[in-house]
Amino acid sequence: MTTTEWIAAALLLLGSLLMLLSAIGLLRMPDLYNRLSAASKATSLGAIFLLAGFAVVQPDPSVVGRAIATILFVLVTVPVASHAIARAGYRDRVPLWKHSTVDEWEGTLDAPTRPDGDKRE
Amino acid sequence: MIELLVHVLLTLAWLLLTGSFGTENIVLGVVLSYLMLALAVGRGEQRGYVQRLPAAVRLFGYFLVELIKANAQVAWEMIDPRHTMSPGVVEVPLDLKTPFAITLLSNLITLTPGTLTMEVSDDHTRLYVHGMYVTDPDRFRAEIKQGFERRVKEVFE
Repeated sequence: MTTTEWIAAALLLLGSLLMLLSAIGLLRMPDLYNRLSAASKATSLGAIFLLAGFAVVQPDPSVVGRAIATILFVLVTVPVASHAIARAGYRDRVPLWKHSTVDEWEGTLDAPTRPDGDKRE
Repeated sequence: MIELLVHVLLTLAWLLLTGSFGTENIVLGVVLSYLMLALAVGRGEQRGYVQRLPAAVRLFGYFLVELIKANAQVAWEMIDPRHTMSPGVVEVPLDLKTPFAITLLSNLITLTPGTLTMEVSDDHTRLYVHGMYVTDPDRFRAEIKQGFERRVKEVFE
């Protein structure tokens, strides 16, 4: 194997490992928010490593260009999605893990409302 | 941002005059054009393009280091059979004013593993951040303010 192939192999392996770890984290973490933290972040770095691996294996401008574009899209979309899910979850009163240390957001929200305006509870 | 255009044009001129379009020459062209630009307009403005470009590079480097550090920490949490974390939701007051800078800061926080922006207050003065390791809320706040927020501020405000 050439040096380039070794670098690509290392990137692909590291990327797959991060994906695996975030899948384990998705199952093991105790509440919605920690699951989101585990699932979305390691996945984004994992995807970056995988795409970088492809770009190293195929240093063709069209492949490299698409890999860079995909990395940018992942970096822009993943945090927005996590933020939206966490926010919706909290506003819908999905509880924090019982060993959580602090919740400074608590008490600053009105009761969540349904789209038709009915208050919960 | 007229300086950005000048920077691109200077780089293009360098590439055309040297006649080679390899990666090394492009990098060299970008660096040389930046130095020219810094000599020409650097001392006039306090917070112009010349000062912001290195701040942007520093922000990007800091983000990469944080991303890898935090990934290692969270990856370890996944395989450690005990739960060693202490999650919490912390209110972070903002010094940033522009919507773009606030959006960038909250996305950077969310991209770093272990921290997750949950809410921006309606008046854009506070963020609510979920962290996986919040033993001391004040330290957590200070880390975000002196880490990401200060660097984002140097680039955009």
